Amino acid sequence: MAALEKATLDPLRVELQRKTFPPVGGRDELTVLQNVRFEVKPRSFVVLTGPSGCGKSTLLNIIAGLDKDYEGRIDLGHGTPRVSFIFQTPRLLPWRTVRENISLALPDGDPRHARIDEILEQVGLTQAATAYPERTSLGMQRRAALARGFIQEPDILFMDEPFVSLDDPTAQGLRELLTGLWNRRPTTVLFVTHDRYEAVMLGTRILRLSAGSASIIHDDEVRLTAADRTDRTKVVAEQRRIFQD
Amino acid sequence: MARALTPSSSTLPARKAVESGAWAERLGWTLASLATFVALWALAAEMVGSRHLPGPIAVFDVVVREASTGVLWTHLFATLLRVTAAFTVAMFVGAAIGLLIGSNRFADRFFDSWLILFLNLPALVIIALCYVWFGTTELTAILAVAINKIPNVAVQMREGARSLSKDLTEMAQIYGFGKWKTLRHVVIPQLAPFWAAAARSGLALVWKIVLVVEALGGHSTGVGHQIHTAFGSYDVPQILAYALAFIVVIQIVEFGVLQPLQARVNKWRR
Repeated sequence: MAALEKATLDPLRVELQRKTFPPVGGRDELTVLQNVRFEVKPRSFVVLTGPSGCGKSTLLNIIAGLDKDYEGRIDLGHGTPRVSFIFQTPRLLPWRTVRENISLALPDGDPRHARIDEILEQVGLTQAATAYPERTSLGMQRRAALARGFIQEPDILFMDEPFVSLDDPTAQGLRELLTGLWNRRPTTVLFVTHDRYEAVMLGTRILRLSAGSASIIHDDEVRLTAADRTDRTKVVAEQRRIFQD
Repeated sequence: MARALTPSSSTLPARKAVESGAWAERLGWTLASLATFVALWALAAEMVGSRHLPGPIAVFDVVVREASTGVLWTHLFATLLRVTAAFTVAMFVGAAIGLLIGSNRFADRFFDSWLILFLNLPALVIIALCYVWFGTTELTAILAVAINKIPNVAVQMREGARSLSKDLTEMAQIYGFGKWKTLRHVVIPQLAPFWAAAARSGLALVWKIVLVVEALGGHSTGVGHQIHTAFGSYDVPQILAYALAFIVVIQIVEFGVLQPLQARVNKWRR
């Protein structure tokens, strides 16, 4: 256990020289990412942001190991970390109930199965546990995806605009839920969003990518306490300081 | 008619009630339409008054006569056995070919024209060639029918394989599903609707071809053999009696097995 704790304290290192997409239908080869280098301290909440189409999601997929076609080196910090990925769409299995979706993401006979009811309650899905995902609302599906990600007790949590296409109050509710879950069990988070308010409210550090053959142009610490983050005016003020807008 | 606009788990009993009401209504329509058909048939037979167009009662008499001597059951059973064998072979071989082609871009490009060739090859040609090459055995009969059906199944399963969600595959990869779990919970549920559709359209096709095979192959049993014999003496009541009896058998399989199966694989849908 002690060895594991120590191992998780290694930083995550990204040294990406180049990521290109092959030419398609008359379009030339496209360089989406170039010279992206950064380190992430364990248990920090890093937000990747930038104009749409700048390659944020591509970068996240590469770090998470979903996209292996790139030039460079990714070091997740230790051997095989537990990883969760919360996608832009919930990506639940529609033919399995909410509860089955969560339990299938754990190995058979894993002790974490005992925590499913607890986590369902934390995300407010106790009533909907036996429902099929498509018979619930999008907000509920997103909460199920959060529960599936958190039950893993991941070393690294990847999130790719997990709250887009939700109305404001629902998205804000889910952000608070995420903050609560993260405070209870801090873990390394890489969070992609184009929403600056969301970036400041959630992140401890914000990396900004430039448009076109993106690399990192800004790297800012977010100077907010946990209490500050619940205060809208303080979040907005910090957003002004960082983004100067 | 009352309908649940926003189906959710809490309105499930209401859904069931609506569904059973709809089911009764559909049954009513089916019965009315069948009764009209039989009435028109009786009327036409009465007007023509020829032994080449027997009325429903005359045909029904033949069914009862053949059933009571047990001859009907022997032939129905023989045909049903061939249908089952050919159907099973076609479903599994067709699915395997379809999945292979649909999941491999090169195989897809290469075998596409072969599929089109086999889809357009007349059933009669396949049957004739099979009998010439492999002799008139039971195995040949089943093979000939299966070859007729395999391209259809393959085409439908190819669509299924092509439409497999990359999103869900990535999800399974992130959460370490492994091969078996991915197959069982991610891949097969996505293919099931295609398979069920292929099965339903396949059953009708297979039994029609089995009759042709039985008639051509000189088999001593089967509905096709009986119809072929009756054709020799222009015994129309006999032809219609066997055809109707087998339609009933196929409909029992359709409603008793295939439709419940399809409902089951689709029960999660909104």
